[in-house]
Amino acid sequence: MIFAVAACAILFTMALTLSRGILGPTTYDRILAVNSFGTKTVLIIAVFGFMTGRPDFLDIAFVYALINFVGTIAVLKFFEYGDLGGARSPDEFES
Amino acid sequence: MRHSISLFLFLFAVWLLLSGYFETLLLVLGLVSCAFVVWIAKRQDVVDHEGHPVNLRPIRWIQYTFWLIGEIVKSNIDVARRVWHPKLPISPTIVKVPADADELRQVIYANSITLTPGTVSIDLTDATITVHALTREGAMALEQGEMARRVRGVRRPE
Amino acid sequence: MQLLTDILSWITILTGSFFVVTGGVGLLRLPDFFTRLHAVSMPDTLGIGLIVLGLVLQAGFTQTSTKLIMIFLFMLFTGPAATHALAKAALHGKLKPLASEKKDQEESSP
Repeated sequence: MIFAVAACAILFTMALTLSRGILGPTTYDRILAVNSFGTKTVLIIAVFGFMTGRPDFLDIAFVYALINFVGTIAVLKFFEYGDLGGARSPDEFES
Repeated sequence: MRHSISLFLFLFAVWLLLSGYFETLLLVLGLVSCAFVVWIAKRQDVVDHEGHPVNLRPIRWIQYTFWLIGEIVKSNIDVARRVWHPKLPISPTIVKVPADADELRQVIYANSITLTPGTVSIDLTDATITVHALTREGAMALEQGEMARRVRGVRRPE
Repeated sequence: MQLLTDILSWITILTGSFFVVTGGVGLLRLPDFFTRLHAVSMPDTLGIGLIVLGLVLQAGFTQTSTKLIMIFLFMLFTGPAATHALAKAALHGKLKPLASEKKDQEESSP
């Protein structure tokens, strides 16, 4: 029961976040909305796992948390450098 | 070498916590994959002193954690009140606060500032952190420097 | 005892949900990008923290709780990094914050 209430609250917030992503005047607003949306996805996967009595869902939540973070950083890096590998020049690596 | 070993132990602890199985085959698979990850990390040259902060003071660290949780709860309530307030009483302010020269302390300080709702560290140049605060009061509270003082105590002086 | 943990987890999950919704409302209501960052950090800290605490109280001392706490710690460490990267990218992308620059910084550190 309590899980259903929490899931409703999170879904409502996801709707709000999504509308910010659609409205968002700048690109950064949209990235912020997507990042926040990912956080809520992790939460709702965890809560949903408890709601259906299958806490194995937590592994999926964990993987989603990882992907969310890496995805946000990758998009930002792409915006800042226009390239995913170009933050350091190649001659800085010694191997 | 010390850093590689600590990385390996940490990875294996994470493996055990996440899998929860203690059969021989799975343990061996875990050991092999942890060793593989350590090898990749070595090859990428990311195993260094940053990965394993050894000279933290444990008791100060725990004290700081609890103090930070208290601060986070307080500022959460404050920001929530302002968001729900019909007139939206915010006064965005940008302020520069001095940080310690030590890298680890800078990271802890900037992360703590960002974790506390109402203040976000937006830039870090020459040991000065540029902070965007939601309210003028938040900026002033940060300038009092209590958080900076507590962060300084967390790490042993060299 | 069961009732007590149930009531406690009800309270924590409801409070956490409240902070999550507040974060969403703040994301819509606040006027510019840099102020919206503050709204997002609310559910990222206390919202997740309280909901995870409530779930841990429900799960008891099991592997599930360990995983929940690991998820929470992971998000606690990555959240500021993502926020800081966003703010820095926005600043470099010539996005002017809606704010008054405070010049008179009285140095309070020794």
